[in-house]
Amino acid sequence: MTDQHLPTPANELACNEAVEIMTDYLEGALSKRDAKRLERHAETCPGCTEYLEQMRTIAASLGGLTDESLSPEMRDRLLAAFRHPGAAP
Amino acid sequence: MNKVMPRPTAHDDEQLVAWLRRGEVDALAMLVDRHSSTMIRVALAYVPTRAAAEEVVQETWIAVMRGIDGFEGRASFKTWAFRILTNLAMRAGARERRSVPFSALAEAEETGQPSVDPDRFLPADHSLFPGHWTTMPTHWPAPEAGLLAGETREMIAATIAALPPAQRTVIALRDVEGWSSDEVSEALEISAGNQRVLLHRARSKVRNAIEAYYGAVEEIDYQAVTGERMADTGKRDPR
Repeated sequence: MTDQHLPTPANELACNEAVEIMTDYLEGALSKRDAKRLERHAETCPGCTEYLEQMRTIAASLGGLTDESLSPEMRDRLLAAFRHPGAAP
Repeated sequence: MNKVMPRPTAHDDEQLVAWLRRGEVDALAMLVDRHSSTMIRVALAYVPTRAAAEEVVQETWIAVMRGIDGFEGRASFKTWAFRILTNLAMRAGARERRSVPFSALAEAEETGQPSVDPDRFLPADHSLFPGHWTTMPTHWPAPEAGLLAGETREMIAATIAALPPAQRTVIALRDVEGWSSDEVSEALEISAGNQRVLLHRARSKVRNAIEAYYGAVEEIDYQAVTGERMADTGKRDPR
């Protein structure tokens, strides 16, 4: 680790602050100013750059992880109840 | 009334609703297949068991069938159906003495805990690098099929299943089912801000679990860095 870790001026983000606003950043919910602060921090911080990339990967990768479909029996009963209204499902 | 109608295929909800009103069972089957998974996830925020959640979803579809002629399409079908679901799930939760609005669940999970173990950072009073990584995240080994390949998939699924209910529901709807933030906030009746807090907590815990699984961290040798700088200023290493 070399000059990537220069002392932090008071108005700049620390890593433990940066990680807490990354979801807001990815969701586009940060003010322009705060988004810039985070970007500026990440430019010189390999740890936070990696962390942000990991949060982005998670957001993009979980689609279809599990499926919670109805049991086939319950699905069949529902459809039967629709075909024959009046009969209890 | 015996007009031949094309069978519904990949249509949007509103088309399927029109078919449903004409008594097409295929339309109901498609709506059930499309929405039941998310309905079970939402129901599970209110009732304790999978079986109870399935009951709630069944009741919801029965209410949808009964009410479909009165559905005026002012809100989307999805919004309407999930409002029915939430009401029924709350009532079922009350029977199980667990009736809590989602917003209260969310509040209970907002403990103000940091997303990353504080030991991973230098203390706030460190003279040079307050709050900076001591143990830095490093690149995950990337399986070709992505995060969801093989054992990692099961580990992530187990991590999400073990999350507190509000966080679990939000990450499941957003990232597993692919709902938008507006859809999630509306269905769960929480603010966009609360939705993001829950999503952040959930994603952070999943990240921590993946990191622990891969052991992908690197200790930073601040001794070397600060030693040099301290020598410049004539002070002693603050650590």
